[in-house]
Amino acid sequence: MVIDLDKCTGCQACVVACRQENNISFEGERQAKLGRAKFWMNLVSEVKGNFPNVEMHFLPIPCMHCDRPPCTIVCPVAATYKNPEGIVAQVYPRCIGVRMCISNCPYTVRYFNWHEPAWPEEYKKGLNPDVYQRRKGITEKCNFCIQRIRKAKEEAKKEKRKIRDGEVVPACVETCPSEALYFGDLNDPKSQVSRLAKSRRAFRLLEDLGTEPKVYYLKEGEWNDG
Amino acid sequence: MMDSQAIAQKYGRVLAPLTRAGWPFWVTVGLLSIIFFWSFFAFGWQYVWGLGVTGMGHPMSWTLYLVNFVFFIGISHAGALVSAVLRITHARWGTPFGRIAEAVTVFALAAGPTNILFDLGRSILFYWVALHAQFKSPLLWDFTCIMTYLVVSTVFLYVLMIPDIGFLRERLPGRRWLYKILSFGWTGTEKEWSTLGKIIGFLCIAVIPIAVSVHTVVSWVFGMQTQPMWHSTIFAPYFVTGAIFSGIATIIIVSVIIRKVYHLEEYLTPYNFNNMGLLLLTFTLLWAYFTFVEHLVVAYGGGTHELAVLWSKLTGRYAPLFWGMVVLCFIIPFPILVFKRTIPGLLIASICIVIGMWIERFTIIIPSLSEPRLPYARGAYTPTWVEWSMTAGLFAGFTLAFVLFSKFFPVISIWEMEKEEKGKAGNSK
Repeated sequence: MVIDLDKCTGCQACVVACRQENNISFEGERQAKLGRAKFWMNLVSEVKGNFPNVEMHFLPIPCMHCDRPPCTIVCPVAATYKNPEGIVAQVYPRCIGVRMCISNCPYTVRYFNWHEPAWPEEYKKGLNPDVYQRRKGITEKCNFCIQRIRKAKEEAKKEKRKIRDGEVVPACVETCPSEALYFGDLNDPKSQVSRLAKSRRAFRLLEDLGTEPKVYYLKEGEWNDG
Repeated sequence: MMDSQAIAQKYGRVLAPLTRAGWPFWVTVGLLSIIFFWSFFAFGWQYVWGLGVTGMGHPMSWTLYLVNFVFFIGISHAGALVSAVLRITHARWGTPFGRIAEAVTVFALAAGPTNILFDLGRSILFYWVALHAQFKSPLLWDFTCIMTYLVVSTVFLYVLMIPDIGFLRERLPGRRWLYKILSFGWTGTEKEWSTLGKIIGFLCIAVIPIAVSVHTVVSWVFGMQTQPMWHSTIFAPYFVTGAIFSGIATIIIVSVIIRKVYHLEEYLTPYNFNNMGLLLLTFTLLWAYFTFVEHLVVAYGGGTHELAVLWSKLTGRYAPLFWGMVVLCFIIPFPILVFKRTIPGLLIASICIVIGMWIERFTIIIPSLSEPRLPYARGAYTPTWVEWSMTAGLFAGFTLAFVLFSKFFPVISIWEMEKEEKGKAGNSK
């Protein structure tokens, strides 16, 4: 995935779309203050500098789907793994809620079900039937809308062809009104994401940790994590 | 060998608690049981409503339960050092502490891993760690080492009690059914003594590396992670040192209380305590050294992420806890242990150290989680009544187990005291 920060307006449409697509439960304001809110796609904003030299930064943070994920090796029951497509997947029925993956994720993008997931009554009809129903006591995370990828793969297989570039996109990418998000196969050198990832503007978060994240950000000028 | 009547008379004080139980005993047991069983209710509450009833959240996902886990596992190292090392080196002054140390080990080891059970999102499936083992996970190493240590230290405690149980079988007909099973048909023949000697020799040697491995992997649960200030190469020896440090302090506290309550002044003498105090002093210095090294290296060469955590400990939100730990673990006990190794002095120093070491576990775990590498997820942590109930329940359960133990088995190893006296008499002739 490639995220163009110069295009991002901070509208949070990706956050909403992700919530809708993946049946992420509502925690309410009180619980959110205690840190129980779940954002598979999280948009953080940051004000930098002092008046009059103020800059506002927006940073959408999905799971980085590291090529060398620190979270998967620490799970004592192998409930999370890097699948052959490179997606760091969570096996919900296997998870026993140790939360070591959460503490070992330097990007803090893994979320725990502190309570039984709940939705307002009127919202329940809109739940996505393609997504696994999580229970309390297990960890969940962004999986690049794996259900969409599965579907696209099946269709491609039926038609005996490979998936075309841009044929399948996660909900956040599909929704982004300013088209700041791109999704595709980084292994394919001709794909749009591969070309963008080689851009002079490209960088990744906490690159020096050696986790090899597969989410690239694009931004003019210097990027400063702190 | 003296006959059992003479031994019973000689060690009347050690055996008295087994046959008598006054009102203070029942009051203690009653109070401890109430706290202990209250924690069952708290656990049930948490089990039904989810971990949301605790103070945890994002990114504070490992908190008080992990602190208690590391703390109790640390306490359990007392037994390994005091009984095994002192036995191997023939340090005779350690004999009266032996059984207390071994019992503390077993009960602390029962209390420690229980915290992981509390901490799991789906506690009932804890056995999946064995069933679906993923060998790269430090938690699996933990599980393996702790279970091994629990088994070995229980066997250690038990084997060393067999001659005493055999003796009790003859002395206490009312409880014969219990002691008969436990004594394993011990009659005290020459052959049995020699087998026992071999087994003890083997266990003494086996238990030391196992104990060291346990706290090493406990430290790796943190040290192997990417969190700032957890990812440290000296964590393993630092944790092992801290563990033995808090373990010795616990033995001293327990021994002083038992000495007072059961009137064992005759066996646990100021001489024994003085030596124990010297051992504690060694570990006070070692702990201070490790703490200094660990923090100085980070302060001098640390990156932005590490420094953020370090300053939150030294001057920030966690400063009162951090400096409280330094005062309790070093500044108060050090002068006491150097100048005044009397029994009240040791008691004060040990209580300070045990509290200080609990805080140390807290200041290792919590600040790192509240300042993760990316500066966006930030959290504060306040434990709720559920976590405090569980903590109180653990301490109550630990004490209760020890109190009940002391009513069924002599807290000082009678046969070893007897053997030693014989040895001394033999030498002087």
